[in-house]
Parts: sequence; C-alpha cells; structure tokens
Amino acid sequence: MLGWELPPHHTGGMGIVCYQMCKELASSGAQIEFVLPYSADFSHIDFMQINPALPHDASEVITSHGGSTYDSQHFDYVMRDGSTRGVAMHEHQETYKSYVSRLVTYADYDVIHAHDWLTFRAALAAKQATGAPLFVHIHSTEFDRSGGGYGNPLVREIEETGLHMADKIFAVSEATKAIIIREYGIAPEKIEVVHNSMELEAHELYENTDDNSFRYLTTMQRHGYGVVVSAGRLTIQKGLMHLLDAFRLVVDVRPKSLLLIVGPGEQYTELLERAAELDLSAHVIFTGHLNGTGKQWRDAFRVGNLFVMPSVSEPFGITPFEALAHGTPALISKQTGASEILQNVLTVDFWDIREMANLISAVLSSHDLETTLAENGREELLSQNWKKSARKMMGHYHHFASNRARPAYA
Amino acid sequence: MPEATTASKRAIVLYLHVHQPYRIRHYTVFDAGRAHDYFAAPEGSRESNADVVRKVALKSYLPTNRRLLKMLQTHPDFKVSLSITGTVLEQFEEYAPEVLRSFQEIVATGQVEIVAETYHHSLAFFYDLPEFETQVRMHREKIEALFGVTPTAFRNTELSYNNDLAKWADHAGYKAILSEGWDPVLGWRSPNFVYRPTDTHHVKLLMKNYRLSDDIAFRFSNREWEGYPLTVDKFLNWTNGSWEQPLLNLFMDYETFGEHHWEESGIHDFLEQLPNAWLATQGHTFMTVSEAAEQFEAVDTIDCPQTTTWADTERDLTAWLGNKMQQGAIGNLYALGEPIHASGDWALIEDWRKLQTSDHFYYMCTKYFTDGDVHAYFSPYESPYEAYVNFMNAYHDLKFRLAEKGLPI
Repeated sequence: MLGWELPPHHTGGMGIVCYQMCKELASSGAQIEFVLPYSADFSHIDFMQINPALPHDASEVITSHGGSTYDSQHFDYVMRDGSTRGVAMHEHQETYKSYVSRLVTYADYDVIHAHDWLTFRAALAAKQATGAPLFVHIHSTEFDRSGGGYGNPLVREIEETGLHMADKIFAVSEATKAIIIREYGIAPEKIEVVHNSMELEAHELYENTDDNSFRYLTTMQRHGYGVVVSAGRLTIQKGLMHLLDAFRLVVDVRPKSLLLIVGPGEQYTELLERAAELDLSAHVIFTGHLNGTGKQWRDAFRVGNLFVMPSVSEPFGITPFEALAHGTPALISKQTGASEILQNVLTVDFWDIREMANLISAVLSSHDLETTLAENGREELLSQNWKKSARKMMGHYHHFASNRARPAYA
Repeated sequence: MPEATTASKRAIVLYLHVHQPYRIRHYTVFDAGRAHDYFAAPEGSRESNADVVRKVALKSYLPTNRRLLKMLQTHPDFKVSLSITGTVLEQFEEYAPEVLRSFQEIVATGQVEIVAETYHHSLAFFYDLPEFETQVRMHREKIEALFGVTPTAFRNTELSYNNDLAKWADHAGYKAILSEGWDPVLGWRSPNFVYRPTDTHHVKLLMKNYRLSDDIAFRFSNREWEGYPLTVDKFLNWTNGSWEQPLLNLFMDYETFGEHHWEESGIHDFLEQLPNAWLATQGHTFMTVSEAAEQFEAVDTIDCPQTTTWADTERDLTAWLGNKMQQGAIGNLYALGEPIHASGDWALIEDWRKLQTSDHFYYMCTKYFTDGDVHAYFSPYESPYEAYVNFMNAYHDLKFRLAEKGLPI
C-alpha cells in the first residue's frame, strides 16, 4: 500500500481515509505494508506494518505540514552522520520511488495499491519490477484541485500514466469516476467506485461540549445570531467565493447571521477582500489554520448552526462527516462525492447562489430544521462503516492476484 | 327486520379514496413577501399539479372509471364507495374536466356512495375543531353541488380514527365511520363485522381488512411476493376462510388502479373480474359503506382511545407528525388560525387551508428516508428537508400577508 500520510500526522482527509480503509481491509484478512514518505510515531497502529521511505544514507525523514497543499510540503533528511538536509517535493518523490523499488525485491507482494498521483511513479516502478497487479486509488485529481481546469501539466502527466498503466482504478465517488473517464480518457469498465466511509471513534462523538473556544460566537448566538461554518483549504476548488455571495443574500434577509471560515490557503486574501467588498466585514470571521486534531478545530464544527461545503469539485469531502459527528447539520454542494452517500444533509448546486442562500436562511431561522437534520445526520453517520467497500476491494484483489501470471523466478 | 336474509348474505365493501394535494412549488425565502403563488409550479416540474393530475387521469382515473361504469351497468349488485377530496375536485375542474364528468357518470348510476371527509384532506380534527367542521361542511356542499348527493358516512384524513372522532361523527348524524382494522384495537376480533364505537348511539364502525386490502393495494405487482401473480380466483379462495363472516372491507387508494400498479400489471382486469367471480356465488353481494351499516347489527363495541391510521407498520400519525419539522410546521400553521379568519381575505384563508393538506407533512417524513421506500416515491421533492423549507417559506409569506393587513402575528 503506497500512501502519502496517516493520522495523526496528516493534513487532509486522505490520511484518515487510508487509515480506516486499511484497518477494515486488515480485519478482512489482508496483510498490509504501508509505505509513507516520512518517519513518525505510529506505534498505535497495530493492524499493518508501516515503512517510512528512507534514503539509504538517512535515518529519519521529517515532514513539515506547515503548508496547506502537497506542493508546499517540505522534507528534512536526518543523515546517519547526524547532519540534516532539506529537500523539495520532487526530489523526495524520487527517493520514495527508489525506496519502493528496493522494497519489492525483498518480498513477494500479491498486489500494489497506490493512493493518488504522488505515489504513482513508485507504483509503476514496483509493477515493472514484480509484475504484480496495480490498483490506483483516486481520492482527487488535478482537475479537481485546479477547480475544474487543466492544472499542473507535470502532475496531469503522472496521473495519466498511472491511470493507463493500472490494472484497476478505485474512484472515491461516481463524480470522480466520471471525471476520470471524461478528462483522462479511461474506459469505464476499468474503474470501480469505492465510496469512502467515516467511522467515528466514541470519544469524537461524546466529548464534553461546554466551554467552546469561540466565546464571541456562542455569546452572539444567545443574542439571536445564527452561525454558519465552513472549513478546509482556501482554494478555488472549495467554492468559497460562491458561499460569500450567497451569504450576502442571507444577511439581507436575516441580518443576525455570521460566517466562520476555517483554514489557510492561497485564496485567503482574495476572500478577505471579497467579504469587504460585499460589506460583510462584520459578518465573516476567518480563523486561518487550525490543527485538524485540536480542540479549536472541533469547536469550530460544534459552534455552527450549519456547516457548509460549497465545493466546485470535490471527489469526496470528509468535512461534512466531521460536522455531523459534532452534531452540526450540513449543506453540501451536489458536486461532491459525499452528496452521493449522505441522505440527511441539504444539497445545492455550487453555482446556485440564491438557492444556497435560501437553504442557509431556512436552517438559521428554524430550530426544528436544524435539530432534525443534525439528529438524523448523526444517526446516519453512526450506521456508516467500511465493510461494504472493503469487501469490494478484497474481491478485486483476489480476482487479479489469482489471474496473475507469475514470472518464472518468483 | 330482515335478520334472516342479512345473516345469510356476504358483502364486499369496496371503498376507494381519491385525492391529490396542491403541491408547493420550489418557493424560496426570496419569494416570501413578493409572490403568493405557492402552488403554481411551472408545468414540466415535479411539483406541477396540472401535470400530475393529467398524468394520473390518463393512467388511472379515466381508464378505471370506464371499467367501473361498465361493471356498474353489468351488475346491478355491484356497489362502490368513494371519498373524493375538495382539493382533487378543484383540480379536476381546472385541469381535467373530463375526469370530473366520468365520476359524475358513475355516481349517477345510484350504485356509488360518496363518503364525507374534510375538503382539504387535513388533520384539522386534531388541531382546530371549528376549522375541521368548516372543512367537512365545505366538502359536503361541494359534493352536493357536483354530484347531487349528500354523504351519510364519514372518513377522516388518512383513515385516522379515535373515540373522540367517532363521538363527533355520532353527534353529526353519520350512519357509518371508517377506520383501519388494526389488530391491537380489534384484539381477537375480526374486521369482517360491523361494530359500535365506544359511547356512541347511532354511528357504526367499519374496519378495513388490511390483509386482503393490501394484497391488492400494495402487493399486487410485487414479483417477490409469494402470492404473485394474484388472480381473482386465488384472491376469492383466500376469502373462503371467513365464509361465516358477513363483510369484506376492502379499503384502498383509488390510484391503486393504474397509478400505484400500472395497467400492464393486469390490475384493471383484476378489478373488472372481481364482481363477476364474487357474485357467481349464491348470497354474495356488494354494499356501500352506509348500506353495510344499515344492514348489519353491531356485534360488539370498539374502544380506541389512541389515534390509528392506515399508514406504515405503526398505523399511527408518525408519518405526518413524527419529527420536529412536521410538528413545528403544522403547529405554527394552525396557530395562525385566528388572525387568518379575522382577515376576511378569502384568498388568504384558502391558501392557509391548502397548506393544511396532510401530504405536505408526509413529504417531510424522515422515518424511512435512508431506506428510500414508499415515502420517497410519493414525494415530488428531493428530500424531506427541501419539502420543509418550501413549506416554511410559504408559511412566512402567510405571516407577511397578515402583517400587511395590520393583523397580529
């Protein structure tokens, strides 16, 4: 299994997804070696083996997750002689690839399962060396990340090669499958939709909710204000400009409304300016980066009367699941993979500003709607698990592994 | 009293319920205070009332009435009871007058009884008794005007029933009232008899035989069902088990024929063959609900303090009033009653009444939402939440209209 992150040392939803998926696959009988691009303490994970991709002359790879996207991620090699050396993404990808190429010569693997483009070069090298069937798992494409554009040509090329060379492609949603067919020219038969799930730990569900970090917001709520929350990277993909436009209309009909925007990102200043232009300075609050496992992050979800994910293109989208876990109802765009699964949420086309405003103001002005959505959403969430998706993946593993023509020397 | 003759008779009481609501269009917070056309969805949209009525007319009302007329003319002993809401009659007048004429034709045979109910297919009985009585009166007047008959039996919306309703119907002078033949209420008793509701003097209770009714209404075209395919012979064979019991109360939605089960399922042929086969046996007949109440003595008293309905496995009102959205929506709507009446504005009062139609609350049901069952099938909205948002925006507009008139809100 080739991945790029695992919790708690992670920045995005993919880490959580990989963790939960592997846990279920392991309990279905899969033996997993998970290759990560960095070293960290994963002693709490006992259902699979975790291998950090180290260069042969280094003892540790440390990553800084200060950046908000993969592209700004940094790596520091701690060399055997004690010195350190900083490397950029591109070089580390090469290191990751040569580590994986070495690894596959030591043992016989039945299948290679690689998550997103960052691991594809390594995955292709491994397939070439061993002839093992390759599964590529698409959590997000460059098309999504660029907000529906072409994106970085180099990344596109790596994605395309990986998709074409794969024996089977797992897509996290029907929407993602459609993009892979349309944008990357892949035959539909080769793609299997494997919906993500979200299993919540008991403590995440029943944590004491008193003393919210956002005391200003809870006070305003006592004075009749409604609070809308959105969280994630502030990039064009997330559709926050549309949310600001919709929020202008909300404030017009319901002045006691506040919007909390959580997260860092390249669109930050643009959003700030747009909020000011719309005369929403007193209604929109930006928190900047909050640690994804910290109390402030959880409190942001909890304080909201409504969580909104207005993404332009979102292969899956894990934040509405977090919102529901924290007892906050969600409004999500129909352009998200999550909307294919979740029943007890409100949905809207990301471009339909007026309908978005209509639904937001409906929740803010109806406690009945807020609580019914929240309670049913939470109940739905508790019924989620990875079993069905894991069964699907195991089926494909067995199919390809048993049909595999093994090289004579294996 | 012809005890001897009735005792030897066995009757099918076929009662069909005809209804369409005024569905609310996609109505947003930006419409509230500007447009009051809550029910005017454009044609081609899922909430278009004109589209639905015309579609169901072609699939169900017209072909079924053609068959019923033929059956009534062929068999003088064939009888049907119908309840037709005011909201569907208005829509026939506006969108499908030929359907109204076909109903008038079958009623004119004298073999069809029309059952009383609320004009707006509302749950007003449980919220606002004077309003309920007004709607029952409006319905009676509409039936008299269109069909020239006066109802003598009563059914409440969704076949909802309890002791209080029975007492009300008794005071109002009805001969019969209808309810679900629900086991917890009947106990060891059979629905195939006439009963007397607790603390009543004249009114008699006819209870739906839900097993046999639902074999037709719900299971007829279900290929997974062990009884599939259902033939008239097979069906009548099942009725032999209760050969010594006088009644078979087959109560169902009229739209069972052609809409819930499509023409291709053979449902219309089943309907047409039923009187042929049933009447072939000596002593078998059909009765309308009031005839059954007149012909048979009550065998026992039925006590039903709780409210029953004909919906879902619970047979209660939770499909309409089970969640907070539904409770809030209906509670707030009825709370406007006083200023609405005080407005004297007929259009406003009528919009308020159309919003009372129980279907609006049914669309907000989240009970089985995740299972995507029957509730989803009958809703024109993407989700129960969307139904609620449209409804509440219309409610806000009612308040806006009251405020404009300087009335308290």
